[in-house]
Amino acid sequence: MMEARAYIESGILELYVFGTLSESETQEVAQMAEKYPEIQDEIISIEKAVISLSYSMAPYLSAANYDRIKEQLIEKHTTKVVAMQPKSNAFSYIGWAAAVLLMAGIGWQYTQLDAAQNQVAFVRTENDTLNKELNAVKLTETQTKSLLAVVRDQDNTVVALGGQAVSPESAAKVYWNQNTQTVYVDAAGLPEPPEGFVYQVWSLKLDPLTPTSIGLLDDFKGNDSRLFAVSNTSGAEAFGITLEPAGGSVSPNLEQLYTLGKV
Amino acid sequence: MTQEELLPLILKKDDKAFTLMYDMYSKNLYGVIYNLINDREEAEDVLQEVFVKIWKNIESYNESKGRFFTWIINIARNTTIDKLRSKGFNNSRKNLSSDNFVHLLDDSNKLSHMIDSIGIQEFVKKLKPKCIQIINLLFFKGYTQQEASDELEIPLGTVKTQNRNCINDLRNFLQV
Repeated sequence: MMEARAYIESGILELYVFGTLSESETQEVAQMAEKYPEIQDEIISIEKAVISLSYSMAPYLSAANYDRIKEQLIEKHTTKVVAMQPKSNAFSYIGWAAAVLLMAGIGWQYTQLDAAQNQVAFVRTENDTLNKELNAVKLTETQTKSLLAVVRDQDNTVVALGGQAVSPESAAKVYWNQNTQTVYVDAAGLPEPPEGFVYQVWSLKLDPLTPTSIGLLDDFKGNDSRLFAVSNTSGAEAFGITLEPAGGSVSPNLEQLYTLGKV
Repeated sequence: MTQEELLPLILKKDDKAFTLMYDMYSKNLYGVIYNLINDREEAEDVLQEVFVKIWKNIESYNESKGRFFTWIINIARNTTIDKLRSKGFNNSRKNLSSDNFVHLLDDSNKLSHMIDSIGIQEFVKKLKPKCIQIINLLFFKGYTQQEASDELEIPLGTVKTQNRNCINDLRNFLQV
């Protein structure tokens, strides 16, 4: 159940209905929908919204369009047969035969051309799908690369933050680049914050204890890597993370101190 | 009639199936096409081409390719983009049109004969500007997450969730 809820909240189903996912992602969503009825229901609701939206965007469409299209489709599926009058003249037979051959030839070429055009259109669609696939892979690669670059930097001081009384199983890591003073927080070891709350990161001086807010872990659910950039800091002696009401607080609520670690 | 009921009829090429399909989806497809091409006559030509393609290639559709509605919307987008390319428009989707669907609403409004769509049009105009942009790119123009993130200069990781929030606003209004 939790898995289905998180999957729905990730926003992937909307893109599934829009048709902008790669082929493999589309298949994954289809499988999830088969497994969880609530995912299937959600897809149908999203689709209803999108159907209403696109419907309301159309200008007036005259009934003549319907006739034109129907005519075209029917034309392509039936051929009219014309009865031939018997003729005694041999030349006229040859003439008719030649005409029939010519017509048949043109007709055949037309179907060939039509088939080829159709094929081109579908190869394009396929190409498009493959491109999307490639983009999705590239995207993951870029994300992974930039994450690795952050984590691997030689100038980093890595501070492990351990779980505190309110949540002993929590953990986090701070990557503090001494050169640039930038700070990244790896929050993969923190539970999802409850609705209406947000994690706030503090850089601390210990004697006397002086906390300075260096940022919020905003959009926690949407950040798949759980790696967050927060504000620069200098001279920190420890880092702590507390749970605060949405928007953050001026000073930390120490009863909701999730993790803490000394530099 | 639902998609699930319609599909077997189309696959059989049942006589009534085309009419049913046209009634159900012509306005949706026309809305998407018009949003890309911004010209009613051109959009009508493309719509015709799209229905012929759907009808001829229906055998190649199956549910592993996603929803039927999604499949036909993709055909509509691709056909429109091909048409624009063949007319010598710039090769990139990004240069298609700087208008978004809300700007176009004012033009189409006068021509729209459907009373029931007026309500949603009014609502759509009140969507947050951020939502109009993101829905315009992802749904109407078929951008990937990466392309939308570049265009809107928002972090890639938040494209999906921001879009969901926007669609949720719409769903709250429509109560679906």
